[in-house]
Amino acid sequence: MLRDKYQKEFDDILSRYPVKRSALIPLLYVAQRDQGYVSEAAMQEIAKLLGLTPPQVYETVTFYTMFNLKPVGKFHIQVCKSLMCALVGSDTMIGWIKTKLGIAPGESTTDGLFTLSAVECLAACGTGPMMQINEDYYERVTEDKLDRILSDLRLTGTSALKSGPFMWPEPVNSER
Amino acid sequence: MPQHELILLKNMMQPGYTGSLHDYEKAGGYQAVRTTLGRIAPAEVTAVVRKSGLRGRGGAGFPTGVKWGFLPKDYQGPRYLCCNADESEPGTFKDRQLMERDPHQVLEGIVLACYAIGAESAYIYIRGEMVLGSKILEHAINEARAAGYIGKNILGTGVHVDVWVHRGAGAYICGEETALLESLEGKRGLPRIKPPFPATHGLYNKPTVVNNVETLANLPHIMNRGADWFAAIGSPPKSTGTRVFCVSGHVKRPGNYEVPMGVTVRELVFEHAGGMRSDKPLKAFIPGGASAPFLTPAHLDVKLDFEHVATAGSMLGSGGVTVMEEGTSMVWAALRLMEFFYHESCGKCSPCREGSSWLVQTLRRILAKRGRMQDLETLLDLCKNIAGRTVCAFGDAEVAPIQSTLKHWRQEYVDLIHEADAANLIRPETVVRH
Repeated sequence: MLRDKYQKEFDDILSRYPVKRSALIPLLYVAQRDQGYVSEAAMQEIAKLLGLTPPQVYETVTFYTMFNLKPVGKFHIQVCKSLMCALVGSDTMIGWIKTKLGIAPGESTTDGLFTLSAVECLAACGTGPMMQINEDYYERVTEDKLDRILSDLRLTGTSALKSGPFMWPEPVNSER
Repeated sequence: MPQHELILLKNMMQPGYTGSLHDYEKAGGYQAVRTTLGRIAPAEVTAVVRKSGLRGRGGAGFPTGVKWGFLPKDYQGPRYLCCNADESEPGTFKDRQLMERDPHQVLEGIVLACYAIGAESAYIYIRGEMVLGSKILEHAINEARAAGYIGKNILGTGVHVDVWVHRGAGAYICGEETALLESLEGKRGLPRIKPPFPATHGLYNKPTVVNNVETLANLPHIMNRGADWFAAIGSPPKSTGTRVFCVSGHVKRPGNYEVPMGVTVRELVFEHAGGMRSDKPLKAFIPGGASAPFLTPAHLDVKLDFEHVATAGSMLGSGGVTVMEEGTSMVWAALRLMEFFYHESCGKCSPCREGSSWLVQTLRRILAKRGRMQDLETLLDLCKNIAGRTVCAFGDAEVAPIQSTLKHWRQEYVDLIHEADAANLIRPETVVRH
C-alpha cells in the first residue's frame, strides 16, 4: 500500500488542504514516482483515502498529460514541438533522436530505457530546441550535446548538462 | 541602447546572486513586509496598488487593485490567494525565471497580497513540468517560514499567511483562472461559467484572488517606492511599470528582457535581443504569446503597451514576443499553433473542441497541397463560430493565428492551393473534386 510506504508524505500533503480532494494530484504524483506510472490499484487506494469514487479519480488522471497510465521507459524524453521551438529546429532534433535511438514519438526502446514523446510548449521558448527528460530540462540542444546527454544517462542515470535555475540571457558579468 | 532601470530582474542580474533568503534580505528584501503589515491598513494597500496602475501580467491585463476590490468587504470566513504560476502560453518563459532566480521576491508579493485581501492561505499553482521551480519555491518558503516572514503571526503583527506549492499536471487551460481553481480542487481543469467570479465564489466557493507571478513580484517594489513612482514608469496612465518580455524565434539573443512598457517592438527586437539571427529580414512577429494575432514589419514601431498593441490589432497578452524571419511559411506557423490549441482544448465547449479539430485538419490539407479555394472561407467561417462562443477566452485565442495570417499573408494560402490545382492537373486521379 502506498499509504504505508509514504505515510509522512501523505500526511503532509493532506494537511495542506481544507478539502481532501485537493490532495488528489499531489498523491497521484507520489504514486507515479513509486511505480513509474499510475496503476489502477493506486487509483483505487487514493480514491478510498480521499472519499472519492474510482471514476472520480480516473476522470482527473485522464485529463492531465503528465500522468502515465502505462509504464514508460526509464528515461522519458519529451521534446517540445510547439511553434517557438519548431522555429529553431525541434523537428530536426526529433530526427536526431529517431536516428540515434531508433524510436519515433510514442515509442520506447526495446531495452526499456528510453521513451520519446513530442509534446506542446514547456515554457523554455528562448532556449530552444529543448527537451524534458524525467524531471529535468535540457535547453539549447545541439547534436553533440544530445549525444553527451544520452551517453551520460546510460552511464550514470543523470547528466550535468541539465538546466539549473533558469535565466536567459545570463548576466554579462556572471560568475556562473 | 537606452538604459532602463530594472525592477524585477535587478537582483538576479547581480553577479553571484543566488536567490537565497540571505541574498534577498541583503538586497533590501522583505522591507515591504516589515513596513506594511500591521502599519498600513489592508484597504490602504489595495488603494496604493490601484493607484499604481498595476495590471495583471498573465495575459488579460486586468487592474490588480480593482480585482482585489471585488472581494466582499463583510465576508466572514476563509479567503484565498492563488498565485498563477502555470506559465504555459507558448512564447512565455518569464515566470520561470522570476521563480527560480528570485523566489523570495514572489513570496514577498504573495504575503503583501494576502494581507491586502485578508487571505491566510495562498497556493502557488505551478505548472507540473517545472519540477526545479517547485523545489526552489518550497525551499524558499521554508526559509521564509523559519525567518518569520511566512506562517502564523508574521513578525509579531498578528497577521497569518501560509503558502503552499501545488503542482499542476500538464494542462494549458489551467492557466485560465477558474480552470486553475477546478484543478486545485482535484478535478479536471474545465473553466467555470462566469459569473459568479472568483472574487466571490472561487476556491472551495470562497472569495479568491488569482494573480500572476510577475504581477505579485511587482508588489514589494510598489509598497517600498510608492504608487506615484510606479505610475510614472512605462506608458502611463494605462500601462504602468515594466514588463519582462520573452523574446523567442529567429533573433540573435533570445531571452527575457525587462523594459518599461511602451518601448517599441523595434527597440526590443533589434537592440535588446540583438536583431535578426541572419541576414534574412523580419517577416512576422507575435507580440503577446500564442493567443495574440500575428503582426507584420509595418507594426515594428508599435509601442508595447496594452493600448497600442490592441490598436494595432493584436494584444500584449503574456509578453511573449516571437519573431519569424523571411522564408517562414505562415500557413505552417499557423498550423503549428493550431495544433497546440487542438491538443490543449479542454473539451468543455463544442465550438472549441470540434472547431479546433476541423481547423487543424483543414490547415494540414492546405499545407499538404490538397487544399481548395473554398477552404479559406471555411476557415474563416469556423473561426467566426468559435470566437466568443465558448465559456473561456481560449476560443478567442485559438482563432487568432489563422485569422491574422489569413489577413496579412492570404497569398501564401492561395499559392499553396494553386499548387494543389497544378498538381491535380498532372495527377487528376489524386482527389475527387466537387
